[in-house]
Amino acid sequence: MTGSTVGLFLFYIFIMAIFVGFEVISKVPVILHTPLMSGTNAIHGIILIGGILVLASASSLLAFIFGFIAVVFGSINVFGGFMVTNRMLEMFKRKKK
Amino acid sequence: MNLTIGLLYLVSAVLFILGMKRLSSPETARSGNLISAAGMFIAIVSTIPLLSGVTGKSAFHHHLLNYILIIAGILIGLIIGALGAYLVKMTAIPQMVALFNGVGGGAAALVATMEFLTHAHHPGTISSSFAITMLFASFIGSISFTGSLIAFGKLQGLIERPITYPLQKIVNGIILFGIVLLGIYLAGIAHNPVIFGWFFIISLLFGVLMVLPIGGADMPVIISFLNSFTGIAVAADGFTINNVAMIIGGTLVGSSGTLLTILMCKAMNRSITNVLFGAFGKVATKTSPSASIKDQNVKPITADDVAVMLAYAQLVIIVPGYGLAVAQAQHQVRELEIELEKRGVDVKYAIHPVAGRMPGHMNVLLAEANVPYDRLYEMDQINPEFKRADVVLVIGANDVVNPAARNSPGSPIYGMPILDVEQAKQTIVLKRSMNPGFAGIENELFYKPNTRMLFGDAKDSVSKLVNEVKKIK
Repeated sequence: MTGSTVGLFLFYIFIMAIFVGFEVISKVPVILHTPLMSGTNAIHGIILIGGILVLASASSLLAFIFGFIAVVFGSINVFGGFMVTNRMLEMFKRKKK
Repeated sequence: MNLTIGLLYLVSAVLFILGMKRLSSPETARSGNLISAAGMFIAIVSTIPLLSGVTGKSAFHHHLLNYILIIAGILIGLIIGALGAYLVKMTAIPQMVALFNGVGGGAAALVATMEFLTHAHHPGTISSSFAITMLFASFIGSISFTGSLIAFGKLQGLIERPITYPLQKIVNGIILFGIVLLGIYLAGIAHNPVIFGWFFIISLLFGVLMVLPIGGADMPVIISFLNSFTGIAVAADGFTINNVAMIIGGTLVGSSGTLLTILMCKAMNRSITNVLFGAFGKVATKTSPSASIKDQNVKPITADDVAVMLAYAQLVIIVPGYGLAVAQAQHQVRELEIELEKRGVDVKYAIHPVAGRMPGHMNVLLAEANVPYDRLYEMDQINPEFKRADVVLVIGANDVVNPAARNSPGSPIYGMPILDVEQAKQTIVLKRSMNPGFAGIENELFYKPNTRMLFGDAKDSVSKLVNEVKKIK
């Protein structure tokens, strides 16, 4: 594939993902809005991949500093996000006995 | 990107979607979160082989420092994230989500910034459309970062009422226009790193200025809004570094977050523009309902009187609000519910869509106290029942039961759907003091003839009620 077709292909995926994102949460009850917000918040922690990739190719001091901060931030987003969501949802589980 | 990595990314995308789907039902929600986490783990691990590819040199030792920093960064993030997630009190979860979202936005902005600066060193390596994508990610991510920090400050009580100043919208408009002009220059004329630095700094400033005038009661909407912003920024970063996992993950959050924001605005019967530009909670601080209401006094009541009313009622509806969360009174409320049920009283909970600080916040807290789901009723289900209710206990809720939303067109909350508490035979409001609520609006309900006020900390008051009810034979 040439560069522009790769771009077009990514754009297809992007548009499809928009629809999936809308559809997949359209039936969420109000009681799960906070966990859902928190859970999706964790998913955008995938920016950690971006941080890792740019820090891996860093060579200037500025790039090292920015890249390191990006990795720390992304990592907080991922781990904190999933853990806090899990903690919220554990409460729902405990009471179902 | 080779085939294996591509397929692994596909697996993680499917897991994200399945996880979000399962988050939409209480029975499967927890597994849904774990499935998304598994998807994240796969996505991150399958990125490792890409590391050598990015630099173009596969020599590991050339980049030893880079790899050490990556591992150290992940570990530091893991520790901070885990401490934040497990030490935070349940009532402070909204601000924690704001922080986690903010750092995600910050990371997205930094990734875009670094990509831009790298390419600026090698003129001619980026097309205008790629430059625009990077600038967009940097701008949106920056807003999400500083905006979330301000949202955190507001929810934490560090920043009080909305901050407004003359010509605020015009000043913000000019700044936004300036950012757009800088963006056009950077994308179309010269990829100048210094100008880009200014672009980045002004974008950060804009995030602060955008959230400052917004009232604390609207923070949930803002967090959801900024959550989708971060998602969009991550997706844009995915385009600039050609990473399909980031495009899918970011876009899923961007679109679902947008929908969630709209749902939350609908629950308050407001538009997103009204939330963003309304300076909600500012104007209202000093407007009193009406002179005739002001003249009346509130009627206090003691716990033993309330206990008698409760014990001989047929239907009691409890309206929990943020005050209950702050006082950590959910366990006492559950105890009261059990005591009343022993006596044959029907107890129901009325949950307003925006009760607490976030939609669903109250459900999380009551679930913590083992209140069964089927006792929690959403607004539309419970509103017709208030007529039948003998006693309504309003515990630390204020704006969601304010009749001004229905009766006074001048009120800032006019039009917001509320719980029809005033239709009940007797309303008991548990409140710490007569201070107005988070939105800063006086509440006529407190002055109604069939309303009584039980002043004090919600936890103490409810404990007293439990004891008094127990005493009644």
